[in-house]
Amino acid sequence: MRRRRSTGVVPGLIAIVLSAVVFLVPFAFIVLTASKTRAESALREFSLPTQWAIVENFMAVIEARDYMLLLAFVNSTILTVASVSIMVVLAAMVGYVMQRRPSRLTPLLNALVLAGLIIPPAVVPTIWVLQGLGLFRTLHGLILIEVAYGLSFCVLLFRAFVATIPRELDEAAVIDGAGPVRLFFRVVFPLLRSVIVTAVIVQSVAVFNDFQNPLYFLPGDTNATVQLTLYNFRSQYTTQWNLLFMDILLITIPPLIMYAFFNRQIVAGLTSGAVKG
Amino acid sequence: MTTTALPRLRKSRSHYPLWFYLPAGAVYGVLFIVPTIASFYFAFTRWNMSGTEFIGFENFALFFSEPYLFQGMVNTFIYGVLTSGLKVVLGLLLAVFLTSQIIARGYLRSVIFFPTLVSTVGVGITFTVLMDPEEGLINRALAVLGVAGPGWLTDPDLALISVALVDVWKGVGLATLIYIAGVVAIPQEFFEAAKVDGASAYQNLRHITLPLLRPATATVIVLSLIGGLRSFDLIWAMTQGGPGFTSDVVASVIFKQYQAGFWGLSSAGNVVLFLLVAALMVPLYWKLNRKEVEQ
Repeated sequence: MRRRRSTGVVPGLIAIVLSAVVFLVPFAFIVLTASKTRAESALREFSLPTQWAIVENFMAVIEARDYMLLLAFVNSTILTVASVSIMVVLAAMVGYVMQRRPSRLTPLLNALVLAGLIIPPAVVPTIWVLQGLGLFRTLHGLILIEVAYGLSFCVLLFRAFVATIPRELDEAAVIDGAGPVRLFFRVVFPLLRSVIVTAVIVQSVAVFNDFQNPLYFLPGDTNATVQLTLYNFRSQYTTQWNLLFMDILLITIPPLIMYAFFNRQIVAGLTSGAVKG
Repeated sequence: MTTTALPRLRKSRSHYPLWFYLPAGAVYGVLFIVPTIASFYFAFTRWNMSGTEFIGFENFALFFSEPYLFQGMVNTFIYGVLTSGLKVVLGLLLAVFLTSQIIARGYLRSVIFFPTLVSTVGVGITFTVLMDPEEGLINRALAVLGVAGPGWLTDPDLALISVALVDVWKGVGLATLIYIAGVVAIPQEFFEAAKVDGASAYQNLRHITLPLLRPATATVIVLSLIGGLRSFDLIWAMTQGGPGFTSDVVASVIFKQYQAGFWGLSSAGNVVLFLLVAALMVPLYWKLNRKEVEQ
């Protein structure tokens, strides 16, 4: 055992150095460029700033274009919170009934869930439908889009987890006089807590980082989400690298905070298929 | 399983009402299923500001005759296969390495994983700067070593591969994580039994770890292939399909045709992408599932 420990030091050290070069240098580059003055950042060098301008850059990015970034953070927060809450409740209802009530419908439902995972969404026809409903270019429309695209993944998570909750519990609740709605929301739903946390975190990161769907379904500056500000700022700031990278830095922070707090749940959610297949 | 559970089920069926499917089904049906089915109609039309006109297979014929569209199909295939192949190989090696007895395992796992959570567009912009042929950090570092670095994103032969490498950089952490979960789930008894039989480390890997990681491999391949074939964000942030259309994929063609107002052609792109995904996923899914049953 002692010999194995000592052999682990050298490869470990090599790995630490390699991982620093491959994974940490790009992030250090973001932070350093975000801290430089405009002239120095234009050189795009990997070096310490001779003059730290991190606060000035922060203020400049926030104030740019009438506080567009702040508005974008508000929009992204609304989008993420609303779509993930709706998605989780709806998917839990589906996963629960699918697991508890196998029937002739089940193969069809399974196919629909798989379709949601595999089929790339058809963009222009979706815009056509949204226009018909009056939801194109609205935050409500985008929220519903994110719900529709995230449902499949959540249903799979919930269906697998509901299977671990004993049916006897349902029966006990029914004998106590609980109707179907009460049975689900008062008895079963609270028991799903750990998988709800997983679904919420994985989907929040996905929705917050989503670029493609806001680009298609919520174009324009007034409704920008944070990912779109990068796209919009980039055309405006081709020479102001310090501000562009400050924007990247600010947008990167929320998911990293999520990771710091919910490391375990993220890992559990993303690896749920690994063991059983 | 269904048959044994039946008697009890009948009794309690009404406690699991079918209307629980309704709210999810409504959103999913209207915003996903209807557009998907509609795309199969619109793909056969010339559709723009002035209306729709049925034109048969003309859009699809364009996809096979116009180089800028056909290249997108080829590139999507290359991109999907290259990224998922690299993620399988690197993810497996990293997972085996990170479950062995080394120092700083927790740190290494976190560092490899956290790019997965970072904004794709942010990563794309950052690497566009790092990969600049003259000013970029990568080529400056190579120049110090005496190597003339290539034009990562400006060389038409290299642009797609450079973007794919950044995709792997960002996504390999997830593959590693899935493989680690698979490795950790292997019962230690197998290795103990192998030790009694005098197996080497290589034999352990070849005859115990690899076969038992098949479900993990299936997950990694399916996830990264689905992600890779419809990848848009990273390509759009880094090259926008350029130089020329050498790094265009079907997803970016769909966007370009949509912006240009060729909605029918854009919908046909969706159908092409759907068929491409199905053509790769269906046999793969069937094969991976069958192998599991055989075990």
